[in-house]
Amino acid sequence: MSVRRSNAPHEIVERALELSRADATVVIAEEDSTANLRWAANALTTNGVTRGRRVTVIAVVGASSGVVSRTAVTVEELEPLVRAAEEAARQSPSAEDARPLIEGVPASPDFTAPPVETSSDVFMDFAPALGETFARARAEGRELFGFASHAVVSTYLGTSSGLRLRYDQPAGSVELNAKSPDRARSSYVTVPTDDFRDVDPAALDADVATRLRWAERRIDLPAGRYQTLLPPTSVADLLIYQHWTADARNAHEGRTVFSKPGGGTRVGERLTALPLTLYSDPAAAGVETAPFTVARSSADFFAPATSVFDNGQPLARADWIEDGVLRRLPTTRHTAELTGLPGAPLADNLVLEGGGPGSLAEMVAATERGLLITSLWYIREVDPKTLLVTGLTRDGVYLVENGEVTGVVNNFRFNESPVDILGRATEAGRTERCRSREWGDFFSRTAMPALRVPEFNMSSVSPGV
Amino acid sequence: MPRTIDESFLSLPLRQLADAALARARALGADHADFRLERVRSATWVLRDARPAGAEDTTDTGYAVRVVHGGSWGFAAGVDMTMDGAARVAAQAVAMAKLSAKIIAAAGSDERVELAPEPAYGERTWISSYRTNPFDIPDGDKTGLLTEWSERLLAADGVSHVDARLWAVQENKFYADTAGTVTTQQRVRVLPELTATAVDTESGRFDSLRTLAPPAGRGWEYLTGTGWDWDAELAAIPELLAAKMAAPSVEAGTYDLVVDPSNLFLTIHESIGHATELDRALGYEAAFAGTSFATFDQLGTLTYGSEIMNVTGDRTVEHGLATIGWDDEGVRTQSWDLVKDGTLVGYQMDRRIARRQGFERSNGCAFADSAAHVPLQRMANVSLQPAPGGPDTEELIAGVDRGIYVVGDGSWSIDMQRYNFQFTGQRFFRIEKGRLAGQLRDVAYQATTTDFWGSMEAVGGPQTYVLGGSFMCGKAQPGQVAAVSHGCPSALFRGVNILNTTQESGR
Repeated sequence: MSVRRSNAPHEIVERALELSRADATVVIAEEDSTANLRWAANALTTNGVTRGRRVTVIAVVGASSGVVSRTAVTVEELEPLVRAAEEAARQSPSAEDARPLIEGVPASPDFTAPPVETSSDVFMDFAPALGETFARARAEGRELFGFASHAVVSTYLGTSSGLRLRYDQPAGSVELNAKSPDRARSSYVTVPTDDFRDVDPAALDADVATRLRWAERRIDLPAGRYQTLLPPTSVADLLIYQHWTADARNAHEGRTVFSKPGGGTRVGERLTALPLTLYSDPAAAGVETAPFTVARSSADFFAPATSVFDNGQPLARADWIEDGVLRRLPTTRHTAELTGLPGAPLADNLVLEGGGPGSLAEMVAATERGLLITSLWYIREVDPKTLLVTGLTRDGVYLVENGEVTGVVNNFRFNESPVDILGRATEAGRTERCRSREWGDFFSRTAMPALRVPEFNMSSVSPGV
Repeated sequence: MPRTIDESFLSLPLRQLADAALARARALGADHADFRLERVRSATWVLRDARPAGAEDTTDTGYAVRVVHGGSWGFAAGVDMTMDGAARVAAQAVAMAKLSAKIIAAAGSDERVELAPEPAYGERTWISSYRTNPFDIPDGDKTGLLTEWSERLLAADGVSHVDARLWAVQENKFYADTAGTVTTQQRVRVLPELTATAVDTESGRFDSLRTLAPPAGRGWEYLTGTGWDWDAELAAIPELLAAKMAAPSVEAGTYDLVVDPSNLFLTIHESIGHATELDRALGYEAAFAGTSFATFDQLGTLTYGSEIMNVTGDRTVEHGLATIGWDDEGVRTQSWDLVKDGTLVGYQMDRRIARRQGFERSNGCAFADSAAHVPLQRMANVSLQPAPGGPDTEELIAGVDRGIYVVGDGSWSIDMQRYNFQFTGQRFFRIEKGRLAGQLRDVAYQATTTDFWGSMEAVGGPQTYVLGGSFMCGKAQPGQVAAVSHGCPSALFRGVNILNTTQESGR
């Protein structure tokens, strides 16, 4: 007598593995739920709740792989999905990164448990407080714009080599932007959160209101090189991009900033005189992430060092930069062999440590004259040889004189390299959990210090506010 | 060749789910409700040095219900393909509208959602213009062609690496609303792209050239000779790459620029396309993508550029990536003027914004990239019009004493009000006394939008016009991506600021 299966994700995984006729198979079932609120000019504009399921089948036939994903798949619809992956594998030439599937990782004890979900209930306390914040902002003559988002993804990974792994990843954030009624002044703050219990809209509003007041005195400065204090969110903006472009194979082939003239990579080279350590660690407090590799593609648009054959590979702490010295570049099992570099799979978080105990406010207090940046925006690569990127300051560049903010400065376009910034930084502050404004939607788990960077290249003045 | 809507999409319970959702929304008191079931199949095939480096084939299916209830929006999306499931999602959308109303009331706001009128069209079907659906071609043929192209490039002297990528999308949308419009639509688009890289290991220098073929609202025929000459482009790349590696670094300063359509499309996208989105101009994107210098009070008076500047918004052009029959609010798509003789005369808008700003009708710019996302005001195909009987590119170059001819898009960045931008490209040719005089490297041009378009002295004729575009234009929160085309001729700009990117890096 056959047993009727449910649409429970672990049963989807088991059924797809049973159906497979490939030489080896990986099945990834992801259950996601989201809730969001968006507002402009002190009023909600859009909102939404969603539920979704994506099932990815990676079929291996010989040394070829086929990857097919479908959303909204029920257990009855699995067979066409599995056959499509097998057919894609049969039509594909041998994959360079083909390796035996990972084995021997102990099963997650909660593999058969139902997925974790979010809903609009996550905003139960936040939403009314947000409404009151709108009312206060309206009464005090500021416009608020922003977005609150919460998502939970439960990932179930099963392989024909016996792995049964599962991870629940919450991710939430709030962005709050305040403008003066004439929209000539603008301020901004963004914070990450797991569950919205630690977010106080009134406190965020007080923060942006203070910054709007700072902007009541305006100072126009020309383009040039300035001592600049980069807040943790901007350090995250720059180092996430550096991390995405740090692929070991590309460096080994001579086509990144981490390539060494004459051949090889810059691993072993000192990048900064500060004792900074940049690492990924699935267990890092506050930015925890999946302790195993989940790869739905061997050609990820953002992170080249991925391989579908590495699914389920255990992840541990990887020090990319250790005490200022480049120690590792991201590898798959395949590219570690190809480059002769140590295996260093990507994890979904990034931490920079090794600065002093000072907060950003304390670094401001210790500044004779410099610029305090709120956030960076529209960061794009200009030259891969130096990893020169361009972008703009946004929502508040403040002039610091004799340890105090004395006014707001016009915005700038900058041209700088994250690698050079690390090399030139003269001070790092206390590491804190933060959210990249530019990349936070794609890479949300970061902890960074503020950096003091002399001679930051403000290439031109940007009249936008 | 006659095309039909994919039978496997039509076999989904489209009408039943829509009826269940709309009936539930009506019963719960919604003033307006719309239902959208979407299936988006997106696949990529990637090769590295002519060997497979990854492929994926993702089909995203789901549906969404959006309501106006008590003057507020409510939105919910789901994947449960049962009538009960659809009704449940409709109830969630109403619940979200009620939550919004509470927050709006607490804020003391009197803002209410109202929609500009649009005729009810009954049942309509629309299919984009293509010959062969790329998903009807075996995967082996696709990777086979990419392999052959990669090997051609790798066989040439000086080419160290070749990266190849083909991206294909088939998008099906079913839409029904409480006014009585029911549309079923299908679009296909492709983006083939090859990048050749040269590496001088000893010096550590490297550089690359990417193909100029734009993404297109076409099918597999785009890779086999219709709409682009691949043989000619691939044959030219090795020599161009070698010249780029040997090129001198540009001297920073002020130059006249002749900008090829393969570069100018992206400048149009960033400095005109996004700047003339009315939701941005009003502040609805303020916290994320930003606002616009082209504020609503300047409609009809803002001097955007020189008098030869004429820009249209268009969601109807054949093979356009933003082309469709009806938008995600049931509005029939149109074309219209954005900039006329250098003056701002129009915006892109959706039904809510149109009503709010006193327009009679939306111009059909509401669009969502999947069922999981709410429709937002999205870019039409925004295009710079050529000059009838205008010059060709050589004639434009002939009018320059000291300048640079810019070809292909590279890096792009613009500020949050669409003033200050910086662009690079794929190839830069020095112009001396009206003639090309070899390539330059390390070039970026930087300007503010109105200065740049004000410096446009000549636009090329229709013979120089190319419909370029982007596959991945990002906007909104939660983030959405959309494909959009931009047509333009070659054009001549006087006195543009050129940076040396190596000097910018402090070296």
